[in-house]
Amino acid sequence: MLDAAIIGAVLASVVAAATTLLLASLGELVAERAGTLNLGVEGMMIVGAAVGYVTAYGSGSLLLGTLAAVLAGMALSLVFAVLAIWLATNQVASGLATTILGLGLAGLIGASFVGTQLAGAPQLHIAGLTELPILGKALFGQDAFVYVSFLLLAAVTYTLARTRIGLVLRAVGENHAAAHALGHPVRGIRTLAVMFGGACAGLAGAHLSLAYTPFWAADMTAGRGWIALALVVFSAWRPLWLLGGAYLFGAVSILQLHVQGFGLGIPSQFLSALPYLATIIALVVISALKHGRGAPASLGVPFVPDR
Amino acid sequence: MGDVPDPPHALLEAVKLTKRFGSLVANDHVSLAIRAGETHALLGENGAGKSTLVKMMCGLLQADSGELLYDGAPIVFPDPASSRAKGVGVVFQHFALFDALSVVENVALGLPGHQKLAVLAARIDDCVRRYGLSVEPYRRVGELSVGERQRVEIVRCLLGDPRVLILDEPTSVLTPDESENLFRTVDLLTDEGRAVLFISHKLDEVRRLCHRATVLRGGKFIAEVDPKQESSASLARLMVGADVPRTPRVAAHALGEPRLLVRQLSVAGDGSRGSALHDINIEVRAGEIVGIAGVAGNGQTTLFNVLSGETRVADHESIVIDKVAAGGLGPTERRALRAGFVPEERLGHAAAPDMRLSDNVLLTTHGDGEIVRRGVIHRSVLFARFQKIVKGFDVRFGGKDPKARRLSGGNLQKFVIGREVLRDPVLIVVDQPTWGVDASAAAFIRTTLRERAAQGCAVLVVSQDLDELLEFADRVGVMCEGRLTAPVPVAETSREAIGLAMGGSHGAHAAGGEGEHAA
Repeated sequence: MLDAAIIGAVLASVVAAATTLLLASLGELVAERAGTLNLGVEGMMIVGAAVGYVTAYGSGSLLLGTLAAVLAGMALSLVFAVLAIWLATNQVASGLATTILGLGLAGLIGASFVGTQLAGAPQLHIAGLTELPILGKALFGQDAFVYVSFLLLAAVTYTLARTRIGLVLRAVGENHAAAHALGHPVRGIRTLAVMFGGACAGLAGAHLSLAYTPFWAADMTAGRGWIALALVVFSAWRPLWLLGGAYLFGAVSILQLHVQGFGLGIPSQFLSALPYLATIIALVVISALKHGRGAPASLGVPFVPDR
Repeated sequence: MGDVPDPPHALLEAVKLTKRFGSLVANDHVSLAIRAGETHALLGENGAGKSTLVKMMCGLLQADSGELLYDGAPIVFPDPASSRAKGVGVVFQHFALFDALSVVENVALGLPGHQKLAVLAARIDDCVRRYGLSVEPYRRVGELSVGERQRVEIVRCLLGDPRVLILDEPTSVLTPDESENLFRTVDLLTDEGRAVLFISHKLDEVRRLCHRATVLRGGKFIAEVDPKQESSASLARLMVGADVPRTPRVAAHALGEPRLLVRQLSVAGDGSRGSALHDINIEVRAGEIVGIAGVAGNGQTTLFNVLSGETRVADHESIVIDKVAAGGLGPTERRALRAGFVPEERLGHAAAPDMRLSDNVLLTTHGDGEIVRRGVIHRSVLFARFQKIVKGFDVRFGGKDPKARRLSGGNLQKFVIGREVLRDPVLIVVDQPTWGVDASAAAFIRTTLRERAAQGCAVLVVSQDLDELLEFADRVGVMCEGRLTAPVPVAETSREAIGLAMGGSHGAHAAGGEGEHAA
């Protein structure tokens, strides 16, 4: 009933769906490991999607669009950083405000582009590998965003575990008072981490509006920013687990679409809820196994140095 | 003052530093010179302004007026990194460590530039061997005891090759042997021309080790003296402004019923060093104080948790509180048997740092049926109890009812002890009653516990301060690697014998009564 070509196509769409989540959650993971909880992911992502789309549409360059999306995400993250890090406001409230601001801004920016369409990012074929059965197309016939997401994952994993800046970043998230006492610039590092998070969210937005679904719609992120936030918790703040989480969520959300297509007697509402259920179950299982070391100890606590 | 004819060159000098926090003048024109090749003591009670001075000297705080001189020239340290770059290293009393990271990662964070962790681990091993500090590079700091953490801090500082080393209460968690080692280290460092600022409450140490001593009281400079020319009593008088009472020895009195019986208690532990217990036997009778000596990380933390009920044990009969088997009971149920527990960590374990002091009273009294009745908190009763603790135990703080973290260590400890004592318990278990507490508060706490014992309470004290146990305990046992020697009367043992047992030589002393005599 299912031949290799169909399985290959399904797998390819799983990869595409997971990439948005992986990109956004990687950025948020870095921000959270530095101790800042930025609930503005959804807002930064949609601003990235809007700015990226508008720029690419106007200039005809996908690369320029992507760049603009990254910068837009960073710009919005700076708003959050100034509030939450330098003015030491409540991080939850500031993050929510960032999301609301982002959603509004994106609607405004994209208002006159509703209904238009783009060609979309090309798939990059790797000679010899793309033709492999089943996995060929899924792994080696994707657009550049997919490869970037893997490179980013490797870079973040390596940086956090093996480099000095990664160590300092983790230290800042763990005990900001001690990091300050040792002479590390706590607020500067947190600002950079949040900006990295913004850049990643913007990139995830560009993936949405330039590659995954190359058109503009006002609510096109559809809660993916919130899923990315949940995945960071789900991964117990470890980048490699993030990969598993993003692909689990991506796989379930694509597969349920296909299951709906088969016309089995399961209510579609239940199937639509499956990705969320799967994520919750995975969360519960993981916290029951107590594998994670838990959240960075200073997560969400503003740092104000004594003077 | 300054009666040495040709004082050596001052590496770091504070000149008339003043620092205000609101209406409180924490430092009032305080001057201090740390000289090359010298160990300089900074003495003062908690709240005298020692920490504020140290923080200003390393760039953590900025002075309101006055200046710092480095090599004789004015300098401003806008942040700790700038002072560290000039070779000013600090071992903080409240450790600046990262629990989730390994020892070697913690050390790397204190050093400039990128460090290969494997290379650094080897350097740590070198440093450890040279100074006899005993630190395992790849352990996670969160698993370490207070004493081990302090050694990590010291190693981190030493690897930074400091010109000026500031040690904030460094010996309070070390055994006599380890302290000796540290003194040798400090002597080595000063021989190399470095300057050491040594903050301590142990006046004997200061007199032995330090070339000069600056005494602060109430934020003011009191005197600079040559500690070798002073007696402990005269130094204490300078610090406190009055004579310090010694814990009165109570004449022998009859002991009552056993209030705490621990029989053949073994705990598997979680695999980390010092988390397992092997065949612990203790009897504490009404009216006596039993002390447990030992170096941090030898099972004391597990023992406390098991006694307080935070960790329950499978063998219900192995812990008996006031004739009731309690091994399987939780902390509240054990408190209902009129037992009181004071853990080692004041902030975060004994008290909730961000809760008001009056609310902290509830943490151990909620089950007593007085303050909380049928689930409702009676604020007036709570506040009356709070006032009683504050007055009865001389707890000093600013404001009416501050958050627990605003209190100095000594005052918070008095509060925590007072909270338990006023519950009128028949058994009190205290872990490190006077750690980081100034001399007069420590004396007060010991006297209080002594009085409770005289009134028929059984007291078990876990302490790393051997002098303290010899001063006020009736019997002392020693913990080493999860085993406890049978407690023997203080009069029948000696510093040396206990020191040996702390190092693991069971044969030399060990049990006094049970026919295990080696000689």
